[in-house]
Amino acid sequence: MAQIRVEGLRKAFQDFIAVEASNFTVEDGSFFVMLGPSGCGKTTTLRMIAGLELPTEGRILLDGEDVTFRRAAQRDIAFVFQLFALYPHMNVAQNIGFPLKSQGVSRGEIKSRVRETARLLRIEEILTSKVSKLSSGDRQRVALGRAIIRRPKAFLMDEPLGALDAEFRHLMCGELRELHDRIKATTVYVTHDQLEAMSMADQIAVMNRGRIEQIGNPQEIYDRPVSMFVANFIGSPPMNFLRFEGSVKRGDRAVRLADASIAVPEVREDGASGSLALGVRPEHVTLSDHAPLRGRVFGTEYLGTTQIVTVDVEQGQVKARLSARLRVTLGETVGLAFRPENLVLFNPTGRALDSALYQGNGHG
Amino acid sequence: MAEIVLRHVGKRFGEIEAVHDLSLKIASGEFVVLLGPTGAGKTTTLRLIAGLEYADEGAIAIDDRDVTREPPAARDIAFVFQQYSLYPHLTVYDNLAFPLRSPARRLPKPEIKKRVEAIAELLHISSKLGNRATRLSGGEMQRVAIGRALVRQPAIYLMDEPLSSLDAKLRAELRLELKRIQVELGATILYVTHDQIEAMTMASRIGVVREGRLLQLGTPREIYENPRDLYVASRLGMPPINLLPAELVPGVPMPDRTKTIGVRTEHLQIAKPNGGPVGRVRRIEHLGDQNHVHIDYRGQPLITLADPHRPLAAGQEVGLELVDPLYFDASGERIAVPAG
Repeated sequence: MAQIRVEGLRKAFQDFIAVEASNFTVEDGSFFVMLGPSGCGKTTTLRMIAGLELPTEGRILLDGEDVTFRRAAQRDIAFVFQLFALYPHMNVAQNIGFPLKSQGVSRGEIKSRVRETARLLRIEEILTSKVSKLSSGDRQRVALGRAIIRRPKAFLMDEPLGALDAEFRHLMCGELRELHDRIKATTVYVTHDQLEAMSMADQIAVMNRGRIEQIGNPQEIYDRPVSMFVANFIGSPPMNFLRFEGSVKRGDRAVRLADASIAVPEVREDGASGSLALGVRPEHVTLSDHAPLRGRVFGTEYLGTTQIVTVDVEQGQVKARLSARLRVTLGETVGLAFRPENLVLFNPTGRALDSALYQGNGHG
Repeated sequence: MAEIVLRHVGKRFGEIEAVHDLSLKIASGEFVVLLGPTGAGKTTTLRLIAGLEYADEGAIAIDDRDVTREPPAARDIAFVFQQYSLYPHLTVYDNLAFPLRSPARRLPKPEIKKRVEAIAELLHISSKLGNRATRLSGGEMQRVAIGRALVRQPAIYLMDEPLSSLDAKLRAELRLELKRIQVELGATILYVTHDQIEAMTMASRIGVVREGRLLQLGTPREIYENPRDLYVASRLGMPPINLLPAELVPGVPMPDRTKTIGVRTEHLQIAKPNGGPVGRVRRIEHLGDQNHVHIDYRGQPLITLADPHRPLAAGQEVGLELVDPLYFDASGERIAVPAG
């Protein structure tokens, strides 16, 4: 298994810059997810690591060795696309063993490695089944088996679960991660689905317009986003933004939104003024009769454990994640209170202001 | 708006019984969602009500009028399909006005204008009225498709997975909008989907269907808290309810016939080991607002929820407390437990 280093990577297609100033290290055995909307450069980055695309600038190192201009076949990396493509006329064992057969590995060796792979994936009992008879979950497992049997140095996966519906996708995320915990293969995984990223990653790189906006573990990125883009991309529902005109300066512990003074983590930089935004996660909002910030209930969405209550306030719409037991009526006026230690302030360009929330956590 | 009553409705296609003995009453102004997998008979039910299929058995009434044998046009129903089909060469305005210009209606021009503008306002597409339909985003197109159904002011709206072709963000937005519009108009809607989130967030009542049968009908809260069998219990909730074979938890008091114990993720609580069931943490999944803690309990995978900053680690042993468990017998039926 291997460490992957990307240094100063850039890729231009004529005038279009797909990837720029990309630097990161995927540690040996780590599950690294590149997350972003379509066109953000995540797939292009993955294809450069695989050797399917050559960078315009920069280097790619596999276990310290420069492989930037080496062909895909010489990199010992397995590239997994959508996980469904299987050979319909072969059984499960033949499908899994196919990559070894085409490499000319001996029959005995293939047999024992197919067994070992099936054990890892817990599909030993279906080895002789026809793939056309399998459930979609088992088909995914077989497709994965075909990727892991080669024992490559690293796995690159490009939206492998993209074709599945939400519930099943989350189930497969669990399986993929548990498989990773068993074989500890370095994995770079590309997706636009924040839930997949949060659910599986050791590290997430959030990408936007060819650049990496933030790298961190899922909880860091969720709790301490560096920009409105990241805060809005992560979380379901995402972070709320209350927009206001004003200014903040170093040492401030509150901001004014219309008539309301809202406590925030102490500002630790010179400050900002103009069109600012206050960011609050839905689970950090509570309803309080005494709160100065007031709005009208626009919608309620029951989710069993919790409910999402959407409230119209002067500064925009706020979604609160509240206990499902709380009775909330459409159209009623409510006061909104926020958990101060988790609030984020954004400057007019959308960058998060440094504050006590970020202290000691490598802001940026 | 109108009330719909289905009495013992049945429909077969050759060997396949698509709808079996379905009785259902949808009150005027109610938003009923039929939730079930592909092939459960949801779409067939809609088509029977619309008159696109005729029932083999039973009767369908709209506002006390028996429409079982009436053609679609006589039923005053608007149908919204999964794939929005707009007239690409027409503007948004003309797409919305189209149903009102049909020879059967022929409304005066000022009345058409009034209605189209009101609907556009409701759907937040007023600024797009002059655009060609092909110039719209997916979400806007689906709004126009819904708008075209709304503008007619029919007695009933039937909707067949209208949001399923949209991406997650748009779907979340339109869920809220559709519910708001339904409440504002007091519209009667029968909506079918396989997405439990859509069902839970929009429905006045959910009907859980499977293999042509209506298994349970109730408010989202009733269905979630009081499922009548194992299937319904597993159908709602993300992550799904934890199911434990009764023999795996000796010492926990339960009704005699109990075969399976169901515990919702939020009701499986982690405690200090104190003589009760003990499991081992397999994996912690960070979802930001909360963690899903995956636990192995005597070979059985369980999931519980925890605060993201609660210190727990893979491999750790934890005590498990079962709060408000649900009991099921060998056939999967729920065993009622007297309160108290």
